[in-house]
Amino acid sequence: MTGAAKYTADFTAPGLLHASLLTSPHAHAKIKSIDLSEAEKCPGVRAIVIGQDIPVLTGTTVEDRPILALNKVRYFGEPIAVVVADSEHEAQSACQQINVTYELYPVVNSVHQALESKPILVHEQLMNYTQVQKIQPEANSNIANQIKVRKGDIDVGRDQSEVTMTADFSFPPSDHAAMETRSVRAELLPNGEVHIHTSSQGPFMVKELISRYFLIDEDKVTVHTPLVGGGFGGKAAVQLELIAFAASRAAGGKIVKLSNTRETDITGSPGHIGLEANVKLGATKGGKLTFAEIHYNFNAGAYVDEGSDITEIAGLNCTGPYKIDHVWCNSLCVYTNHPYATSFRGYGHGELTFPIERAMDLLAEKLRIDPIAFRLKNTIKPGDTTPSQTKLTKSNIGNVAKCLERVKTLINWDEGQTVNLSDRLIRTKGISCFWKSSITPTDATSGAILTFNKDGSINLSCGVVEIGQGTKTVLAQILAERLKIHESKIHVMMDVDTQTNPQHWKTVASSSVYMVGNAVLRAAEDAIQQLCQTASIVLRCEPGDVDVAEARAFLISNPDKYVSVKDIANGYKYTNGNSIGGTVIGRGNFIMKHLTSIDKETGKGTPASDWTVGAQAVEVEFDTKSYNYKLIHAVSVLDAGKVLHPKSARGQVTGAMSMGLSWATREGFSFDKNGIVLDNQFRTYKMLRYGENPTYLVDFIETPQIDAPYGARGLGEHGIIGMPAALANSLSTAAGVPLNQLPLVPEYIWEQKRGEASDSN
Amino acid sequence: MKKTIDFTVNNEQKSVQIRSADTLLITLREQLGLTGAKPGCENGDCGACTVLVDDQPMKSCLMLTAETANRSITTIEGLHDTPIQKAFLEHWGFQCGYCTSGFIMNCHALANIHPDANAYEIENWLQSNICRCTGYEEIKEAIMSVLKTKEAGTSG
Amino acid sequence: MIPINFEYHRPTSITEAVETFQQLQLDGKGPLYFNGGTEIITLLRVNQFYTNTRAVIDIKAIPECCYTGFEDDHYIIGASIPLAQIETMGTFPLLGKNCSRIADHTSRMKITLGGNICGKIKYREAVLPLLLTDSELTIAGPSGQRHVPIHQVFDQHMNLEQGEFIVQIRIPKLFLDVPFTSKKQTKIDRISYSLLTVSAIKTEQQIRFAFSGLCNFPFRSQEMEKALNQCQLSVEERITEAIALLPSPILNDLHGSAAYRTFVLRNTLEETIAELEGES
Ligand SMILES: Cc1cc2nc3c(=O)[nH]c(=O)nc-3n(C[C@H](O)[C@H](O)[C@H](O)COP(=O)(O)OP(=O)(O)OC[C@H]3O[C@@H](n4cnc5c(N)ncnc54)[C@H](O)[C@@H]3O)c2cc1C
Ligand code: FES
Ligand code: FES
Repeated sequence: MTGAAKYTADFTAPGLLHASLLTSPHAHAKIKSIDLSEAEKCPGVRAIVIGQDIPVLTGTTVEDRPILALNKVRYFGEPIAVVVADSEHEAQSACQQINVTYELYPVVNSVHQALESKPILVHEQLMNYTQVQKIQPEANSNIANQIKVRKGDIDVGRDQSEVTMTADFSFPPSDHAAMETRSVRAELLPNGEVHIHTSSQGPFMVKELISRYFLIDEDKVTVHTPLVGGGFGGKAAVQLELIAFAASRAAGGKIVKLSNTRETDITGSPGHIGLEANVKLGATKGGKLTFAEIHYNFNAGAYVDEGSDITEIAGLNCTGPYKIDHVWCNSLCVYTNHPYATSFRGYGHGELTFPIERAMDLLAEKLRIDPIAFRLKNTIKPGDTTPSQTKLTKSNIGNVAKCLERVKTLINWDEGQTVNLSDRLIRTKGISCFWKSSITPTDATSGAILTFNKDGSINLSCGVVEIGQGTKTVLAQILAERLKIHESKIHVMMDVDTQTNPQHWKTVASSSVYMVGNAVLRAAEDAIQQLCQTASIVLRCEPGDVDVAEARAFLISNPDKYVSVKDIANGYKYTNGNSIGGTVIGRGNFIMKHLTSIDKETGKGTPASDWTVGAQAVEVEFDTKSYNYKLIHAVSVLDAGKVLHPKSARGQVTGAMSMGLSWATREGFSFDKNGIVLDNQFRTYKMLRYGENPTYLVDFIETPQIDAPYGARGLGEHGIIGMPAALANSLSTAAGVPLNQLPLVPEYIWEQKRGEASDSN
Repeated sequence: MKKTIDFTVNNEQKSVQIRSADTLLITLREQLGLTGAKPGCENGDCGACTVLVDDQPMKSCLMLTAETANRSITTIEGLHDTPIQKAFLEHWGFQCGYCTSGFIMNCHALANIHPDANAYEIENWLQSNICRCTGYEEIKEAIMSVLKTKEAGTSG
Repeated sequence: MIPINFEYHRPTSITEAVETFQQLQLDGKGPLYFNGGTEIITLLRVNQFYTNTRAVIDIKAIPECCYTGFEDDHYIIGASIPLAQIETMGTFPLLGKNCSRIADHTSRMKITLGGNICGKIKYREAVLPLLLTDSELTIAGPSGQRHVPIHQVFDQHMNLEQGEFIVQIRIPKLFLDVPFTSKKQTKIDRISYSLLTVSAIKTEQQIRFAFSGLCNFPFRSQEMEKALNQCQLSVEERITEAIALLPSPILNDLHGSAAYRTFVLRNTLEETIAELEGES
């Protein structure tokens, strides 16, 4: 607002050295040699590091990724070398002088190709990699992980069905494209301390991994994270931090800055996963779903990173929010020679929702039932089970039907799905339901610490990164509400420092409010208890007779008798100078409960604590001659449990809707036949701009989640989930042909129309 | 290789040592510590680096510092309590805030140069900037609140 | 960050600019005239083209390059006038319209008319109106200044002699307000390179057409114009004939396949003809 907000790359330091990356110009090639002799002679160069210098393999689920390419490159943009120099331009110039010779390999340029029999292998040593989490790779293949879901009996479901549909769906990998590119500063002090400043969603993960891969005690590693300029899941991956540390170490421990260029951020660092899917659904003539048979083949790119977990959650929630008794799903995490994928807003759910909700529309069409009516017949409810056979309760699932009914009104469904505007122009609507649960490790934990200032205001310290989701504001609000004081009296520490802030798993999965919110409430209880203890002495009563609210500790029986919190929070001083109490430190923590691991053969288990649900709609104005279209309305209704901050909640939802529409309308890498990403700049990698957005209609249903702070469910990601499907449903109706691929550019619609025309000839 | 450039930045006379190949964005951030202008692409595509040069919006990544000799630069650090800054706060025109200074500089120029901009002009100008976090709704509210053409614009 | 180093010169007269160029050339600095600089800066950052440049000569301080006004039968626009200014000038609406769809508004504050028509990029939509109106260029160089018809120096690219630069663009007055259309289609975004731009003007009962985004370069084709103006044929037949006369293969890239471009081309030509033939 004033330019005072500081992000990682805004800091500088005396003697700061600059690092620059050399990245791969090929998607799959053997590195025959790397000649550094010319580069080393360049002015200002302090150090150059290549893969051979740090031959450790990394990964949070499976250790398959070298810090810098080792022996071969597996995707276009893969970092090969890092040059450290006195200035950025010197580092860049020296990079140009590194001479790498390659032997080109054939490229695995799609999931389809990766799954051919006798495929080209992206990883020859797949079976020998260290697994951090248990995954199921397949020998001599590109399959890194496979999730099987077997619920009920698919043959019975098939027998019961009277109408079935089957179709293929797909979308290419794409990018998070946060406006701030990833940036790191790393330093290794002479006493062995390591300081990393990074634009990360997972500073605690960075600390753990630096310690693990470089064999440094965790207590020597401190990770600092200031404001982060957007993450959307992309900054939860740990990548540049490892390179920057290696660069600093090679340069004698000096402080080194490494910032991605936009080009490297788009292809070199991990992006958004791609998918090829096949869905078969069956229903009775009356429109009751009887079975789902689903193949999700995820394009994880060259390395697994979070790809295996995304594959898993997509498999476990494969049907979307519908009651289906017989479910068969194989969800595969597949290697290709594309940039690798990591977590992305919605974490597998936007991905699974696109095929499922398109399939729902296709089946509704076959059944000749209105798409909303068809969904309403099948929405999942408390008492039903998920594909992973978790029993749903009133608390752990929201009300899908209610969301859908509300969407129906907001989009004015009853005027008709198609409205003619002129001989060329029509308006059409499409809808989508969705659900989402987060996949957290069964032992994910978070903490919160409260301390008090002399004026009674409170400092809240937690490990959440502020990334634009307003989480810290909501946490302050949760605390303010509990202590009945004004939010302005609460100071939330905006920067994260792993040395002083309590642990928080990762700022992802919309789970921060749930996890840290609960920790904050417990810290508040803890502080209240301590305040009551001191107050009871001052007020000459039992601690149980006292309560705290509105900055006072008062007698419950007579609130006029009180002592101000500011007078007891740091010890109470009698007029004669005697003091009692001592400084209050409120501590709270939270750990995920009752999550169980998943059965490998059936997918049975409890992967998540709750399922947030919602329904969405998109209305477009479509030109039947040119196939161009405009976004007119986009609707989201989600069951938020409880809306803590309406303006911020709306902003989160519309922001995510915008991202979903941007993804669905225009985002997706274009690869040439050699696996090179052609759109690696914002000049060609396009996002929605001002004025291209539709009018947003957002509403909330409130079915409280009993164990969440004030019943609030996460909502930072959800707006994105159903947008691609709702848009595709709207445009398929408009064009009169099934549109089962993203992005939905006019050319694709034209192509489908043309295909239809030649089919009927 | 370095040379000296004199210019005015936020109403202060400045003299900096630069490489001729330095862009204004680099000079502002690295020599003058004015980090409000952000690099988002350094390719003219995103607008995060927008500043005012003689009161006109410019992408500081598309300009050499050498080109700005004797000219007057305004960055977000040079704006104080302007209507558009207040409007962005009031209307929640930002989330992560990374695009914000660029947007504000562009909006500020628009409000000064075309206080009665019509819907086309507003869109034409603001399409120069990308925001990845918001859905642009709040940014629209913010700019509309400082322009004179409220009624005409909101209906469009 | 631009990795290489270069000198920056800012002459204030045409003669000084030309002399500076010649001197730098002798010094082996591979000098480059620098106008808006947007292409030079962005391509140098990614080490494309221009990498042998060790000196740039900024021509924006030359008064003639910043001039706009009428001279005899011509409307003059200095080569350093930014596109955003042309967009709001209103004197030559077709040029204004084309300029308004290049890049985005803030970038257009910097991109110049001269830079656009001399650039390396394949689109250069600003050249279409100049081709359609048989404009002239004022070119300065070691052998002095000359006026030349644009058709003489522009064929796919601006072909100037070493050391020459464009000072001004001269548009014949009589074309400034003829009926015109200009349609730009992109893959989907408003701010994007053109998938296809078709600009057309109507003169003495003939329609002239110029294209960008269709082939690897912007062009106007007399042969295609002839085909498209055969009023005895149906519009569809004219278009089919014209497409057969394209000067080079239709682009096939990430913005659109050649087949899709053909589809868009047909639609756009149909609309263009309908609009301009409808005018009287
Ligand atoms: C965000 C963005 C979007 C863009 N979108 C488009 C687009 O849609 N369509 C499009 O065509 N381009 C587009 N461009 C590219 C831009 O048009 C080119 O960069 C343009 O050619 C540059 O104009 P300039 O004044 O900045 O030229 P400069 O960078 O100064 O020069 C470009 C070239 O022209 C030469 N030159 C410049 N002026 C003269 C002169 N008077 N006489 C002789 N030679 C000269 C220079 O020596 C150089 O070789 C875009 C650029 C950006 C940054
Ligand atoms: S950094 Fe200048 S436009 Fe993106
Ligand atoms: S607020 Fe994050 S990019 Fe605009």
